[in-house]
Amino acid sequence: MSLKETVSNPYSKWLEATGPENDVIISSRVRLARNLMGYPFPHVLGHENADKVLYAVQSAVAQKSLQEAVGNLELSRMTELSSIERQILVEKHLISPDMLEQPEKRGVVLRDDEVISIMVNEEDHLRIQCLLPGLQLKECWDLANTVDDGLEQIIDYAFAKEQGYLTSCPTNIGTGLRASVMLHLPALVMTRQINAVLTTLSKLGLTVRGLYGEGTQATGNLFQVSNQVTLGLTEEEIIDNLITVALQLVTQERAARRALHKEQLHQIEDKVWRAYGLLKYARTMTSNETMTLLSDMRLGVDLGVITGIPPGIIMELIILSRPAFLSKVKGADLNPYQRDIFRATLIRERLNSLSNE
Amino acid sequence: MLCDRCQKRPAEVHFTQIINNSKKQMNLCSTCASELQAGSLGFAPQLNLHDFLAGLINHHFTGSSIQTNALPQMRCEKCGSTEAQVAKTGLFGCSECYSQIGERVRPLLKRIHGSSIHTGKVPKRTGGTALIAKEIRILKNQLQNAIKYEEFEEAASIRDRIKELEQKLQ
Ligand SMILES: [Zn+2]
Ligand SMILES: [Zn+2]
Repeated sequence: MSLKETVSNPYSKWLEATGPENDVIISSRVRLARNLMGYPFPHVLGHENADKVLYAVQSAVAQKSLQEAVGNLELSRMTELSSIERQILVEKHLISPDMLEQPEKRGVVLRDDEVISIMVNEEDHLRIQCLLPGLQLKECWDLANTVDDGLEQIIDYAFAKEQGYLTSCPTNIGTGLRASVMLHLPALVMTRQINAVLTTLSKLGLTVRGLYGEGTQATGNLFQVSNQVTLGLTEEEIIDNLITVALQLVTQERAARRALHKEQLHQIEDKVWRAYGLLKYARTMTSNETMTLLSDMRLGVDLGVITGIPPGIIMELIILSRPAFLSKVKGADLNPYQRDIFRATLIRERLNSLSNE
Repeated sequence: MLCDRCQKRPAEVHFTQIINNSKKQMNLCSTCASELQAGSLGFAPQLNLHDFLAGLINHHFTGSSIQTNALPQMRCEKCGSTEAQVAKTGLFGCSECYSQIGERVRPLLKRIHGSSIHTGKVPKRTGGTALIAKEIRILKNQLQNAIKYEEFEEAASIRDRIKELEQKLQ
């Protein structure tokens, strides 16, 4: 699949609800920040040097040994993509919103299935990312590590003995590793335990944020938990810590779901079926309402209240109903009002196609 | 300038908060800043990390609670970044900044990470002696285990290997 096709498809490998603990953990991600020796960091990098970095990365990802180890990787410059295509990569969590600025200096490497992506000249020269469904942090780290080893055959990394990998922001030095899990925690929210849980996480040196990055609210009961400390721990220690915490959250969320299902069966069933009904029949739908309803519906699927709906469809619909994706599917720019109508139409069609299958 | 929150202590940290796309400048004392940062989870808007860090670096360089223009102008010889620029953005200009300007930020790194020594992965070609140091660390661990389980022959050979590597480091 070419990058153009990748972008047009709401499906991503990480959206498959197939990974371990997938009733609570939507996805796992590992990101490695790396910089090339001898070049200024991207925020002060001139165009000529930015170009050199892009070329260096392009030849590094093209190595036969690397491709044999991790599959086909291809670099695209941001300027080769339309603005909607760039926006879709953001909505799919493959690149950060910062990548949309100064596109002539930036590039993205993708594997066909979107499990591996590398941002070039974002905050650091390289941001190697691996994204997998469910709780697969170790698998993500192994893959990112392999890509890192491969790139290192050709690229000289900026590294210092005491500070480890040198990054433009001192909060990333050392391992340069940011590991995160995206969790769906509707029952902890409903039972009002979530604040206590989040406070505990901060004490463990972890950060929590909503689905679409820093500063966004936790809509759809989706939370992203990641490590804050990157220096002084080994990569394995960081990954293991996060796995332990994630499993703890899974246990707590499941217990809360069981309690809700037992003690408030009618309320839960009502909530789930109302969400399903609205998604199936409503004629306009805002993005926030969609997130909330999809969260309720997914809870119903996980509790077995609704059957016959693949759990992966919920994330697929979340991505599908983001603004740039809607414009892409429609083939035209939409104003917010038109978007709400088109969003409702797409969701309705998708859900009705399921019940007829 | 007094802290926006408690209006008692002097403001030492200055950062920008972005809520619904509108920018808001906040000036806080270090006590309020750390309280707010600990509390800003999930629901509350996150502090902009760079700005927050920039505030800390600035405070660290000036050593005072007042944000002045008279910052010491130490400059990275490689990329030309000044301390003032680093303090403003929270970002270093190049890897050399870490040895040039970075010396003075070292205590700050310790505050952020709780540690200041890298123990993780080392790149094979550009890692230099760090790779040897890492191997020594691993071997020392193995040595302790060998002693613990009274595998003295094993321990002796590990000790020899460590000596060999330590000579390489000198
Ligand atoms: Zn205060
Ligand atoms: Zn520099």
